[in-house]
Amino acid sequence: MAEFSLPKNSKISKGKHFPAPEGAKNVRTFKIYRWSPDDDQNPQTVTYDLDMDSCGPMVLDALIKIKNEVDPTLTFRRSCREGICGSCAMNIDGTNTLACTKAIEDCGSSVNVYPLPHMSVVKDLVPDMTHFYAQYASVEPWLKTSTSVSPSAERLQSKEEREKLDGLYECILCACCSTSCPSYWWNSDKYLGPAILLQSYRWLADSRDEASGERLDYLEDPFKLYRCHTIMNCTNTCPKGLNPGKAIGEIKKLIAERSL
Amino acid sequence: MSLRSPLSKAVGLGSAGHGFSHWWWQRVTAIALIPLSIWFLVSVLSLIGASYNDAVVWLGSAFNATLMLLFVFAALFHGQTGLQVVIEDYIHTKWLNLSLLLLIKFAAAALALYAALSVFKVVLGA
Repeated sequence: MAEFSLPKNSKISKGKHFPAPEGAKNVRTFKIYRWSPDDDQNPQTVTYDLDMDSCGPMVLDALIKIKNEVDPTLTFRRSCREGICGSCAMNIDGTNTLACTKAIEDCGSSVNVYPLPHMSVVKDLVPDMTHFYAQYASVEPWLKTSTSVSPSAERLQSKEEREKLDGLYECILCACCSTSCPSYWWNSDKYLGPAILLQSYRWLADSRDEASGERLDYLEDPFKLYRCHTIMNCTNTCPKGLNPGKAIGEIKKLIAERSL
Repeated sequence: MSLRSPLSKAVGLGSAGHGFSHWWWQRVTAIALIPLSIWFLVSVLSLIGASYNDAVVWLGSAFNATLMLLFVFAALFHGQTGLQVVIEDYIHTKWLNLSLLLLIKFAAAALALYAALSVFKVVLGA
């Protein structure tokens, strides 16, 4: 049956409040989702008031400040702090984005921070990406060829052919798009989701690849590809400004092209 | 407990090898329904206040009967392809999922036949 009530541990209660240091004039509130697998507690939103006069401009700066100065138990992933690694993808003020490129200034007066939606939570803001990465591996994201080329030679590509990869190669697999997609929420066991489909199209669009037919065979499935109902949350939320919705449309066009 | 690898779970049973035809016919019927729906609405509105006999004469013409059947078939086919997607999206209990898919397909087939016989009856004046 359809499940109409949420599981017990999805009910979030209000957690502790960490006030700003005395004398802080420029205070901003961060409400952050906390959950630990180590106790039997339900998730909580913990409130941290920060002195913005001693905090960097991005949401990630605030998270690091909290971890360093206020509450070292706060758990999150981060690495490059410049929007290229995709580690700090999370839901900030209701939108999936990268904490490192999201300016606090562009958030509401109280900044709500949650893990990526509809993913199993490992701890706090850290989602379990195992299935997402396995889905990525399933589309065989590497150049597949039959034509042999001398190991010392390059596989040539014209400028126009190379341009077809623009808007695709920039994807950093942060999973903001996939976890914003309702279709992925309900059917991620079988639906590949926008990020993986964009990555798959990146190889379909590559003039050097010789496995287009095989790739399309794998994608032509009511669930793997056709669960996309062009809701377009993916394109709206992509922190890199890419268009996974269009890439999925292009895959559907290729399948139409070989079917009609 | 399952010790299957994440990749094995992600690949699942592989690709069903179809999906295009469902996607295609949903769009074909959608496009067909644009003129057919306009024709149907205009016709029904123009029959307001008409007598039973006027309506029988109207539907009795080969032109109107053809468009009526096209409209009903396209609407039913489009409706059941759409409902199929909704069921596949949201109903994950296998027996219920299959039962509902069968139900909408049987219902669409029965309604199509019923509509066809009704139109034929009027056309043939039975």
